[in-house]
Formats: sequence, C-alpha cells, structure tokens
Amino acid sequence: MQFDVVDFVPLTVLIPFFGAAFAFAFYRNQGTQKAITIGALIITVILEIVLLSEVWHGGTHAVQLAGWPAPFGISMVIDRFAALMLVVSSIITLAVLLYAVGQGAAEERNDSGPVSIFYPTYLILVAGVSNAFLAGDLFNLYVGFEIFLTASYVLLTLGGGEARIRAGVTYVVVSILSSMLFLITIGLMYAATGTVNLADLAVKLAELDSGTQLMLHVMLLVAFGIKAAVFPLAFWLPDSYPTAPAPVTAVFAGLLTKVGIYAMIRTETLLFPGERINTVLMIVAALTMIVGILGALAQADIKRMLSFTLISHIGYLVFGLALSSVIGMAGTIYYVAHHITIQTTLFLVTGLIERRAGTANVDRLGGLARISPVLAVLFFLPAMNLAGIPPFSGFVGKLGIMQGGIAENTWITWTLVSASVLTTLLTLLAVSRIWARGFWRKAEDVENPERILLQKSQVHARAANKRLLPSAMVAPTALLVALSLAFTVFAGPLMNFSRAAAQDMYERTPYLEAVLGEDRVEGVREELVEFTTGYVVDLDTDDDGAAEFAPVRTSLQPDVESDERGSTSVDVEEQDDEAEGGGR
Amino acid sequence: MTVNLTLLVVMGAMLAIGIYLILERSLTRVLLGIILISNGVNLLILQTSGRAGESPIVRDGLDSGDYLDPLPQALLLTAIVIAFAMVALLLALIYRSWVLARQDEVTDDEEDRRVATTIGARDPEEDDDVSTETSEFIDAVDPATGTTRTVSPAERNSESDAPTIEDLHQAGES
Repeated sequence: MQFDVVDFVPLTVLIPFFGAAFAFAFYRNQGTQKAITIGALIITVILEIVLLSEVWHGGTHAVQLAGWPAPFGISMVIDRFAALMLVVSSIITLAVLLYAVGQGAAEERNDSGPVSIFYPTYLILVAGVSNAFLAGDLFNLYVGFEIFLTASYVLLTLGGGEARIRAGVTYVVVSILSSMLFLITIGLMYAATGTVNLADLAVKLAELDSGTQLMLHVMLLVAFGIKAAVFPLAFWLPDSYPTAPAPVTAVFAGLLTKVGIYAMIRTETLLFPGERINTVLMIVAALTMIVGILGALAQADIKRMLSFTLISHIGYLVFGLALSSVIGMAGTIYYVAHHITIQTTLFLVTGLIERRAGTANVDRLGGLARISPVLAVLFFLPAMNLAGIPPFSGFVGKLGIMQGGIAENTWITWTLVSASVLTTLLTLLAVSRIWARGFWRKAEDVENPERILLQKSQVHARAANKRLLPSAMVAPTALLVALSLAFTVFAGPLMNFSRAAAQDMYERTPYLEAVLGEDRVEGVREELVEFTTGYVVDLDTDDDGAAEFAPVRTSLQPDVESDERGSTSVDVEEQDDEAEGGGR
Repeated sequence: MTVNLTLLVVMGAMLAIGIYLILERSLTRVLLGIILISNGVNLLILQTSGRAGESPIVRDGLDSGDYLDPLPQALLLTAIVIAFAMVALLLALIYRSWVLARQDEVTDDEEDRRVATTIGARDPEEDDDVSTETSEFIDAVDPATGTTRTVSPAERNSESDAPTIEDLHQAGES
C-alpha cells in the first residue's frame, strides 16, 4: 500500500492535539511543557511546509477520514488556499509562542495564577484553527470553530483579573451567539439538501430555489461576519482583544478573524458563487474600512488603535472577496497572508513597547526612538507596511485588490477603490501619529510621562533596554518583521500562487473532483465550467493597463475560455510542470 | 419533508424567550437565554431528520424510506456537548465576575467612556450609570480587602453616581 505525503493532512490537527494532551500531563514541570509545545509546533510547521509544496504542484487533495467515501464520511480537503493559510498561521503561532516563552522567562518572579494551562490551551487553539482551514464539511468547520473559540475564551481570561473577565464575558457571549447562528444555518442546510459535505452542498445548493439559497447564504455570511469582525458586527473586537496579554492578543488578531474571512471566502466561492449579494458586500466592506479607521484615529491606546485598524483592514478583504473575480480574490489571498503577519507583529511590538515604557498609551509615551532604536525599527517597518507604503507587502496586496476593483469598472467598485485609498491614508495618519508621539518627540515634552522614559543618560537607557527587552522576546518579533518583508521580496511567486489558488476556487472542479471523485463531477462539469466562464473569469479587458492583470492566464493555470471540452484537470498538470521549471 | 408541529412550536418559543433573555443586562439572564437558544437549535437540528421512523439498523423487508435519518442525531449530540461546555465556562466566568466585582451585569468599557469624554460625545444623562440597584445583594465590596460591607441606599447612590475614570483605572490595574 502506497502512502502519499498529502494523506498525512490530518496530522496537522492531531499533532497539536496530542502535544496539548502531553503538555497538560506535565503541568508541574514548565520546562517540559515548553519543550513539548515548541516541539509540536515545529513539527507541525515542517509538515505544513511539505504539504504546501506538494499542493503547490499537485493541486487539491482530499482525505476521507476512516475511509468512508465523501458525502457520508468526514473529509479533510487541502487546496492551495488552505495550504497557504496553514503555513502562514503556523509560522505566526510558532513565533508568538517563542515570544510568550521569552516573556514567561522574563517574568518568572511575579508568575501568578494557573499558568500551566497556557501552553496546552495554545496548542488546542492551533489545532482548532488548522481544523477549520481543512474542514471539508460544514459541521466539521463548526467543530473547528468551537475548538479554537473555546481555547480563545480560556486564553483571553487567563489569570481571571477583573478587566479580563469583563472583556471575556462580552466576547464569549457574542461568540456563542454567532456559533448558534452558524448551527441554525447548518440545520437548515441539512433540511434543504440532506448533506453537510461542502463539495456535495456545492452541487446540491444550486438546485434549490433562489429565495432559499439567498436566505442560507446571508445567514452563513452573518455568522461568519461576526467572527471575522465585519463592520456592523465588529463591536465586540476592540472591547475584548486589548485586555489580553500581548502574545494572546497578537495571535488572536492575526488568526481568529482571518478564520472567519476564510470561511466567508469558502462560502462565496464554493457554496454560493455568483454576484447575487456582491453590492451589499461592497457597501459593508466600505463601511468596515471607513468606520474602523475612524475608530482607530480616536484611540490613544496603541493596542486599541491596532484593534480598530484590524477591523478596518478586514474591509479590504471583504472588498476583494466581493469582486467575484480571480484578480480580486488573488489580491485577497495575498492580503490575508500579509495581514495575519503584520497585525501579529504590530501587537507583539506593542507588547515590547508596553514592557519598555510601562504603558501603551501614546499620550504618555515619548523619546522611544532615542532610547531604543531597535524597538523603533521593529515598530516602523510593520507600521509602514500596515499603511501600505510602496515597497512593502501591504502596498502589493492593496494594489492587487484595487486592480480587481478597477478592472470591474462599475461605479460601486470605483467608490470602493476611493474608500480604500482614503482608508490607506488614514491608516498612515494613525500609525504616523503613534510614531511621532511615541518615538520622535522628546520624553521631556510629554505632559505626564512614564518615569522610566526619562533616563539620565544613554547608558542608563541601554541598561534598562537590556533588562526590559530580553532578546528571547525581540528575536521572534524581528523574525516576524523579516517574514513580512519577505512577502515583498517573494511577491511575484506568491501573487502567482494566489492567482492559481483563486482560479482553483472559482472553478470549483478541482475541489469537487478531489472530494467527490471524477464520476460525480462529470455530470455537472458542463454547468460548472459554464458558470465559471460566464460569471467569474470574463472581465472587461478593453483597457490596456488592466488587460495584463484581468485575464487570469497565469503560468499556473489552464486556459478555461478556449477549452471547449472542459478537461481542465489535464491542463493544470501540464501547466504546472512548466511553472515548476520556470519558477525555480 | 415532514416536521413535527409540536416540536416546531416549542423550538420557536425557546428561541423567542432565549432572544428576549439575552437582550437583558443581567449576565445570569443572558446565560439562561443562551441555554434556551442552544436547546432550541438542537430541536431544530433534530427536526431536520424528518418524520420519525425505524431505528437505522439494516433489516430485511424495510424500504429505505422507513428508516430514521440518523445523521442529525449525531450532529445534535456533538452540538449538545459543545453547548454544555460553553455554558459551564460562561457560568464560571459569571461567578468570577461576581466574586471580583459583585457585578452581575455587563459593565461598560472604561476606554470607550474615556474616548467618549475626550471627544465630547458623552451625554451624562444617557451614559452615566443608572443608580438604581437591580441586584438584591446590596453589599458593597471593598476592593482592597475583598470583604463586603453593607451600605445604606443613600450612600450607594452617591457612590455609583460618579465612578470616575481614575477609579476604574485603579480597579483595572489592581
């Protein structure tokens, strides 16, 4: 019997789970716990990178758990998008874990509360996120959501102080409500179609009448929208995130909302493709961007400001998603990866600022650039990246999404493009305000400065740096900053990859074939291909500038339009070989 | 698909009452609301299996339509377990909130209030704490020692009239 590497996909969920179990068993011994946790995450990251390289060339792959065939059993599906999300999320969680370990080592003295639950819970969070990315059916997606949400409740209220409990209760109630909404939708979908398998649903939902489809569609989007913190449903986020410890906030900000976005993308591409509610989504996206960033401008606390920019930049992702075009989706995929990294990095840096200066309130900060140049660089690069200043990856991602909007060329997409530009400028204003106040102005000019910022001499400041900013915390942060810069350096291959992933998702045949088998897909292939060419790939490409990007013929994909027989899978393989040769 | 009308009505009532309760400010009521909603949703999933039928063990002489669809029950069991865990966790949080702050209510976020004050959007009449005590426990807790002491209604009202930002900050830091 032959094993394919891709068949080991479930291990990305199982390894963290077993790691959590073992780490919990060693609750008396912090050293062993750390070793187990870091070890489990490193193995997971390596496995996922292998999986990514397999999927990069091999395309979508499904694993039927326990060998039950698709619509009956539980399937786990890994396609290009899921693989990318897995790798990015695991690298992030590993870096944050190292940071947390460094922080724990630095704060050993005043260690209080049941800290021994941190590491196991953290691993469970990772397992839940991986499970949600890989879920091949709706109920498994729900279970994945519940796993990481439960872990997040524990992490958010760690230590059980008053502020955390207050924030935690709101967060838990809102999350439970959104889960209930999701569960209701699953029930209704099962009632309507008799299946919860995503691939099976993709085929069967199209047969329902359009009113029912619309209702299920909107219900799913609302449930995921709460988790993704889309504008009218985002009120809980800035309330709850900033109270948690820095590493926890960082990993929440990076990952949890993005899982919601991931689920929304799956809904929009796999279950309910088409342009039915795109206009509504675009309005929501614009409001998310504008309201989010205006909220950020009103904040003085860096953590809260970052929470609001997090909401605001979710708007970009929804915009790219609402375009229903491969170029827009490719921009979104790239932007998700970028945004996970950047938001996590910024929260980690804020944690460092808080340690060094004793506060994260910009009104009381000053002179940090002089006191700690390393910290200044670590803040400046991701901050400019968040604002989307040209050489950085934020610019590339935003450009991709805006190109999608311009290629669509309707009044609403132009409105959205202007809103995006405006939001970018306001983000720049928000981060440069932190920079100017916290880093550039002299500590003596601050009205009510933290005393630690008023050092007698550079020598004193350096000694304090050494004490308050241990390299075990600075190094993981620097690693993430480097990763965010790597997104710029490898923007070309990554963008191609994102396009291939987007093309896969809109075509839907690779996903369905992997899960249901070719025989089943053969019957509906005509419809699927027609749908794809009719709605999604066909963009207005009169304009020369857009023509280079709007048609979706990258080196990685088949030429769908000219292929009358629809035998796309063969083309994918041929093209992939070429790309392999060219890409290396 | 056939549905059981009684179950449908019960489900509707549970969801309606649950939504009503969850809109309350008292956390215990919110918890009760969540319990009702989760059970209402469980009933909904139960009903998706359609008409009641034979247990799904293959036997001779039975048409495939005679069996009950077992999948919703499998989903339902998972959902029950998850809801159970959530309720337990939420109960623990509410208890902790009670121990720490003698507070059974969703409290305001102090940063929100501070921002509202700085930009002048704070309306004392609307945003200040309502001084009426909704809880029957009228003791005030001493934040330093954690002991409780009885306060007269007049004193309590004067206290809750102005919970200044500094107070809240201290509470958050301690």
